Amino acid sequence: MLPKEYRTISELSGPLLVVERTKSVRYDELVEIELPSGEKRRGRVLEISSDRALVQVFEGTDGIDAKETKLLFLGKVLTLPVSRDMLGRTFNGRGEPIDGGAPILAEKKLDVNGMPMNPFSRDYPSDFIQTGISTIDGMNPMVRGQKLPIFSGSGLPHNRMAAQIARQATVISGHEDFAVVFAAMGITFEEASFFMEDFRKTGAIERTVLFVNLADDPAIERITTPRLALTAAEYLAFEHDMHVVVILTDLTNYCEALREVSAARKEVPGRRGYPGYLYTDLATMYERAGRLKGKKGSITQIPILTMPEDDKTHPIPDLTGYITEGQIILSRALHRKGIYPPVDVMPSLSRLKDKGIGKDKTREDHADLMNQLFAAYSRGKEAKELAVILGDGALNDEDKAFAKFSEAFEDQYVRQGEYQNRTFQDTLELGWDLLTMIPEKELKRVRDAYIEKYFRPRLTKEADREPVAHRA
Amino acid sequence: MANEAKKGIQGSIEKISGPLVIAKGMYGANMYDVVRVGTMGLVGEIIELRGDTVSIQTYEETSGLMPGEPVTSTGEPLSVELGPGIIEQFYDGIQRPLNLIERAADSHFISRGINVPAIDRTKKWDFTPRVAAGDRVVPGDILGVVQESVLVEHRIMVPVGMEGTVAEIRDGSFTVEETVAVLEQDGVRHNVTMLQRWPVRKPRPVAKRLPPVTPLTTGQRVVDAFFPIAMGGTACVPGPFGSGKTVIQHQLAKWAEAEIVVYVGCGERGNEMTDVLLEFPELEDPRSGQPLMKRTVLIANTSNMPVAAREASIYTGIAMAEYYRDMGYSVALMADSTSRWAEALREMSGRLEEMPGEEGYPAYLGTRLASFYERAGRAVVLGSEGREGSVTAIGAVSPPGGDISEPVSQNTLRVTKVFWGLDANLAYQRHFPAINWLQSYSLYADKLDEYWNTKFDNEWSALRIEAMSLLEEEANLQEVVRLVGVEALSKEERMVLATTKSIREDFLHQNAFHEVDTYASMNKQFKMLRSIVQFHHLAMEALRKGAPLKALFDLHVRVELARMRYLDEDNIGKIDEFEEQMKREINEVTPVGGESDAA
Repeated sequence: MLPKEYRTISELSGPLLVVERTKSVRYDELVEIELPSGEKRRGRVLEISSDRALVQVFEGTDGIDAKETKLLFLGKVLTLPVSRDMLGRTFNGRGEPIDGGAPILAEKKLDVNGMPMNPFSRDYPSDFIQTGISTIDGMNPMVRGQKLPIFSGSGLPHNRMAAQIARQATVISGHEDFAVVFAAMGITFEEASFFMEDFRKTGAIERTVLFVNLADDPAIERITTPRLALTAAEYLAFEHDMHVVVILTDLTNYCEALREVSAARKEVPGRRGYPGYLYTDLATMYERAGRLKGKKGSITQIPILTMPEDDKTHPIPDLTGYITEGQIILSRALHRKGIYPPVDVMPSLSRLKDKGIGKDKTREDHADLMNQLFAAYSRGKEAKELAVILGDGALNDEDKAFAKFSEAFEDQYVRQGEYQNRTFQDTLELGWDLLTMIPEKELKRVRDAYIEKYFRPRLTKEADREPVAHRA
Repeated sequence: MANEAKKGIQGSIEKISGPLVIAKGMYGANMYDVVRVGTMGLVGEIIELRGDTVSIQTYEETSGLMPGEPVTSTGEPLSVELGPGIIEQFYDGIQRPLNLIERAADSHFISRGINVPAIDRTKKWDFTPRVAAGDRVVPGDILGVVQESVLVEHRIMVPVGMEGTVAEIRDGSFTVEETVAVLEQDGVRHNVTMLQRWPVRKPRPVAKRLPPVTPLTTGQRVVDAFFPIAMGGTACVPGPFGSGKTVIQHQLAKWAEAEIVVYVGCGERGNEMTDVLLEFPELEDPRSGQPLMKRTVLIANTSNMPVAAREASIYTGIAMAEYYRDMGYSVALMADSTSRWAEALREMSGRLEEMPGEEGYPAYLGTRLASFYERAGRAVVLGSEGREGSVTAIGAVSPPGGDISEPVSQNTLRVTKVFWGLDANLAYQRHFPAINWLQSYSLYADKLDEYWNTKFDNEWSALRIEAMSLLEEEANLQEVVRLVGVEALSKEERMVLATTKSIREDFLHQNAFHEVDTYASMNKQFKMLRSIVQFHHLAMEALRKGAPLKALFDLHVRVELARMRYLDEDNIGKIDEFEEQMKREINEVTPVGGESDAA
């Protein structure tokens, strides 16, 4: 069937336009819009009745008129041409190359909305990824196929951290095929070029596909950008057996674009003006992470979002937390103390850690050690709070030991260099070293056998070894 | 049947907006009837009717549909198929087996318009009759049984609305569609197969409803000991993300003493369902020694699957639960999470342009929630033998920001009898299950105390109440400590703090991922709690006699108490020996001839 052309725009409002007297238009269909100036834009059908269609224009409606603008319904949904050659290339938020290179010779054209993975066909993520960052590997271990967002705030070094993860998590896989898919949504040129520069420096650029929608690019395009990235990721992971890490930044901008469309449609708003379907919408992206039975590849997602006012209960981080498999939360207080990476380990969480660690994965004592470090750090922080109110004198010896422990923990365990790649063994050993600062009978979360094996030998050696505080 | 005439009513699509499709020319169709939408034949359900125009919520993605495409009514409300083959299955929200979807789609992804039977039509089951020709039967009477899994004997019942004399009864191997019995009612012969259908939104009838009085033990100490749930009861678990709702639901699905478990993953994570699917066949039921999967039905409509099917999923689940209840089983249903169900309701309501209630939720949210939980309960089921069955419903709630003042939490709290409030701060300290012991409650506690008192020499309720009041006291003491420091407390008060710390860390805290700690029998729970409270009594007594506080704190037996949880069920007798050890060690640090203040 030939595409149908219309010049019957009756209404323009925000990113939306209404076309009258339409026939045989499909829901979700892709639309090409030709402006009087000859410029071509694209959109999709949001709502359709028997003779009128509501169209969302990706690039915005400025310059569109009701008289001369032509609409062409393309009879298909938005697809992305994919190929292995996408590696090393940069695209805009519509999926067109912007690096000056040749267009992609499509091996396939895929629907950018994807299809839901059948939960029966999923394979449970259980391969530990070493990121080289102690607060992740030791305390919140990540596995292949997980979606683990970074909850950050304006001015915190989430980009540096994401780049460090991308750099280190992929390097160790060595002989295995890996790729990074990076989607920028509404971030500044400076932030985007930081990532590009970093990928270039480390040579990772060869293995990277970038989709870039900058802050001055059309806002509505941001709704499509992450879906293009995930479509490319699915293709590389499940048809080319690659381990793909997808970095999406910044989800807050994405949600704002979604809110803009929802408001223009005059929908009943949910919390803070975000649409009631924000949860479902975010889920259709986040749930595209995972592994499939019988497939070698995997998609691991690291979405980054900046929490407005550092508020974790804001709808964006809140709904994200309900979908993703944990979260890494950055702390402004640690950042002010000059600690990098400022990961707040208490509220951070990796839900899939239990299957990725332990004997044959990392080490038998990993889980117990992790629980003990959490408990001790928490107790130490409480003791310190108490000391702030009542002075150090109010603490008993045990509390003092815990308070000292928590300081050492932040200074040595949490803090590490941006280019320091710790092995998980180093991280575990460091954890046990720090635990020697507290009395043995307080180690309630650790099995006796591990205390015997890992803790007691340290106490006896304590004397002829340099003090903990000076070890890196 | 009247509905036969409704079958095949055909109209055409007028408007499409996401999962909502409006169709014209549907005059005569019933409200809540299932329709097939478009040339792809997507499954949908009529949720609003105006003249010949109907609003349809489609259970599949509507992308690519076009106005003018046909809509056909099936003349039947959304129903589940009931019969042998449900147990161990893994369904989507509208009872399509996900393994068959995979086969039909030939893909790891769920494509659209797939039509697969909920129950295998080809499998033969060995049917053993329980009635003889000539017997008079009423609805609910057991015609015969089939061994559905090693743990579940599937009882084939006379369908609701049918009664009469058994004209024929067969013995042997049959598929679910073959006739196993013929009933004669007023001269008319009805063939009965092992397959029945039931509309999901309609509660299955019972003979008589009964109040819940017996406990549903779960092996989780904070639940069983402090905030117990009764068989046939209702509970809700609200909590912010990361507070362990899903782990608690999984733990209950694993260790609850129910005969059948229906687990509904409603709008949650795909990997979590995969986890259950991979783990349950491996885990052993502590009572039967058989894999847990042999008594489990899973329903998964993950967050990225179509939103309308999410709305249907909890009804699909509870209709199946009721069916097994009718056989005389105790069934536990876990729904994770009802908030996602409510959001699906809100999304459809918004698209129907209904007047919103609180936070955009429809005004009927409360009634829908109440009528769902009301389908739980203990009852004498239909049938002449007076069997008893129960459905226990446990719903997780995911309040935005963890603030339970929102409508879904509040409406749920109004109807459920047990409240396990999850606390983010406990979760940060990795105290799991993060059930806040000061806020949570169970309205079954008094009734169940009576039950446990008869099992545990009348000691149970006293122990429970003492432990809880100590925790209450702890909260007050901690206020003081926060203001003026621990030095301001008396020796006795510091002993109380030591004991409550032990209750919290050694009893309430339970590691779901530790092979032994994950499950504690009631017997073990009782012994553990008794030891902790006993130590408290002895230590207080010793304090009064002048024993130094520090010496009491440093007693070795306290280390033993802290490790009680790791004693496996075969070794819990050891806990009784601690009493002697406690007395001995406490005596050693108590000055001889010390005066007792109490005297």
